[in-house]
Amino acid sequence: MPDKEQIALMGHLMRRAGFGAARQELEERATKSYEATVEELLHPEEKPPIDEDILYRYMPGYEGALGPPINQAEWVYRMVNTERPLEEKLALFWHQLFATGNSKVDNPPEITQQIAMFRRQAFGDFRDLLVELAKNPAMIYWLDNNGNHNGAINENWGRELLELFSMGVGNYSEDDIKDASRAFTGWTIEPKIPRNPLGRFYWNFEYRPEDHDDGEKSFLGHEGRFNGEDIIDIVVKQPATARFLARHLYNFFVADEPQVPSWNINPPNDPDAIDQLVAAYDESDGNLRAMLRVLFNSDFFKNARFAHVKSPAELVVSTVRLAGNFEGPRPGFNSLAFECNYQGQELLNPPSVESWHTGGEWIDGGALVRRVNFAAGLMGDISLPGVKTIISDLKHRGATSPQEFVDGCLDLVGPLDFSEATKSELLDQATEDGGLNWESEAESEKSKQKIGVMLALIGASRDFQFA
Amino acid sequence: MTATKKDPVLVILQLTGANDYLNTIIPYTNGHYHDNRPKVGIPQDKVLPIDDELAFNPNMAPFKQMYDDGKVAIIHGIGFENSPRSHFRAMDIWHTCEPDVVGTEGWVAKLVRDLDPQGENVLKCVNFGQGLPRALALRGVPITSVSNLESYGLMSSVPGVASEQDRTRLMDRFARMYAPAIGTGATMDYLGQTGRDALKGADIIKSAPEKYSSTVEYGDNAIAKYLRDVARVHLADLGTQVFYTSHAPYDTHFNQTPMHTRLWTEVSAAISDFFDDLHEHDAGDNVVMMIFTEFGRRVRDNGTGTDHGAGGGAFIIGDQVKGGMYGSYPSLKPEDLNQGDLDPSYDFRGFYSSVIDQWLGLDPVPIVGGKFEQIQFV
Repeated sequence: MPDKEQIALMGHLMRRAGFGAARQELEERATKSYEATVEELLHPEEKPPIDEDILYRYMPGYEGALGPPINQAEWVYRMVNTERPLEEKLALFWHQLFATGNSKVDNPPEITQQIAMFRRQAFGDFRDLLVELAKNPAMIYWLDNNGNHNGAINENWGRELLELFSMGVGNYSEDDIKDASRAFTGWTIEPKIPRNPLGRFYWNFEYRPEDHDDGEKSFLGHEGRFNGEDIIDIVVKQPATARFLARHLYNFFVADEPQVPSWNINPPNDPDAIDQLVAAYDESDGNLRAMLRVLFNSDFFKNARFAHVKSPAELVVSTVRLAGNFEGPRPGFNSLAFECNYQGQELLNPPSVESWHTGGEWIDGGALVRRVNFAAGLMGDISLPGVKTIISDLKHRGATSPQEFVDGCLDLVGPLDFSEATKSELLDQATEDGGLNWESEAESEKSKQKIGVMLALIGASRDFQFA
Repeated sequence: MTATKKDPVLVILQLTGANDYLNTIIPYTNGHYHDNRPKVGIPQDKVLPIDDELAFNPNMAPFKQMYDDGKVAIIHGIGFENSPRSHFRAMDIWHTCEPDVVGTEGWVAKLVRDLDPQGENVLKCVNFGQGLPRALALRGVPITSVSNLESYGLMSSVPGVASEQDRTRLMDRFARMYAPAIGTGATMDYLGQTGRDALKGADIIKSAPEKYSSTVEYGDNAIAKYLRDVARVHLADLGTQVFYTSHAPYDTHFNQTPMHTRLWTEVSAAISDFFDDLHEHDAGDNVVMMIFTEFGRRVRDNGTGTDHGAGGGAFIIGDQVKGGMYGSYPSLKPEDLNQGDLDPSYDFRGFYSSVIDQWLGLDPVPIVGGKFEQIQFV
């Protein structure tokens, strides 16, 4: 039987590398060892993917979903039900980094295809991911590379590739952007098949040599008749790229960093951690699995408990996984998608290519109200399976005193490491309620109600905003 | 200051994505305009002329009507030196008044702090939209951010809590859980303050939709909905002096004409309906609206759209506004362009200063970080 610290560490890993796990799963994983779980997460191919036959049979609208919220609901379904949690978490990571929005693309199935591409490329080389991204039709349309022509460049993709997707501000010149854009001329989308009468067809990448500017280019000190892949080959060898990617991984998986636009000015919170990730990038020629292996096995990761404000998607998905009422296909995923939206993260439609502001900036008056209401509403519902399990575990442990009541709840929901101030409020609540009593049917019913309110308060607390 | 005894109210409307100024206030008799805009230029016979040189976009008829009524000030050539072409960076500069370093404190939040130094009214500033723009970010300044006015409230759906007594107990516990706690870190402090303010704000703002009735029928689109929400909270008389909302996406790199048409059709009508609504309730004379965007777009079109540029325009609208044009329209002559873009002639911080000083009666210098030339728009 693993000890409390091993279970707490496993809870930390599963919150960050996935969307949280129930108590029993944490105990099973901790029994196998931490390192074994990391390897399992890094090799999703050993676990079955989402069974789409079953999913689309129950939810036929999900297949090639034509718009919000159904396309978003389909993704939330995957986040809740996946057996490959890290693969799905990485899809979310890349979506937040390579933010592509339906507000402009206006073709939800294409953005869903882009997310599927993130799943396929999640553990490969960063270079291959960037090449796939450059060829991704939703991205081409989103950043106007279909309007980037030989002799008439549109520099939107060229600029964001460098500024937001690889190196960060301050590491290239305006001339580098122009020549990178020239190198990507001719990278476009095949002529689209009209929607009528047969419905939507997927877009396809097309390279048009006649529209490609094959002239000499100068890019980051290199000279040549570069094409798009040559630009990416140069980009991925830049120290700035390794550093930028390392910092993004750190910010998403380890602990909140300052907002991205300040990165060329503000140093990382933990420069040594970034150095370790950069070294992993260099040693593996930019392999993502290798970087993640170093990250999850590092002390800086293991020690960064509750140092990350949950994104709306993380909060919504991990809370329903805890409540346990969204296993398998069922109606209601639309409302989960809307919930992410109302908390400030409209999946598949980020506000701009600069994506969402993260960390403490997820929180404002409006978002906090939604977060509190959502978590308290689910965790306080004693009819839900995950809540019932917590109740029966508490009963099984024989928790009766107010202290056992509070400690038991925090342990079974997390284990959560709450501030003394919050714990003392919870203890006051439990004391006023007179602890728990399982001696009669009537007393047990009352105890269940008390647990529901306690769990609601835990979900409503500010400590619960952190993962 | 205002002519009435009511507190001045400021509505800020952000056009997100960089609105194309050249196709908003169009130099329709300028040959350079038509030469540079073979694809997205607007033909002379379609525009809504203001004078012999400039005209409104054809989809701005309600906006032009307000201009003709003398209620709209147009500020030409607004921007800043070395304008970055990145949305993120440019918007941050507009939001923080920090062109050289990355600022974290929003200029609007700073003026809200000056309006209400003790943070006594958590509804002093209300944002409508998803998420809070950086202009409103400043630790210690409560801003209420509402995405849906109808459903705004706290811990409203905990199943086991039915009686009013249980609910009150839960709310008390919530308030204590969010009480100031020493040594728990900046984000925890921020969460605590935000939670306490939200609790207070939610209680008060509930009354706004209940009190409201109007004959004005707003359009069925996001900006119309948000401006109606602004009107409902303003009319509820909750002491709100600053409203913030935004409209998007103005990032018209591609296929600009239909997109820009839709955006200006929506926003012109929504603004006009908003002021009609206020006038119907005799509540318009202490309100001005300012409209800005992060930068203008490149003079030459790229085929079907326009790339990021510099130098744009801004607007101030209201009964107390001296309508007309301010500043001079930037030159389109090739030799006057800066990297193919309009050269801004008027620093946006002067625009902000004018509003802060002349409308709100506050000292603009600490808010915008210096002294800048004002326009006399009141």
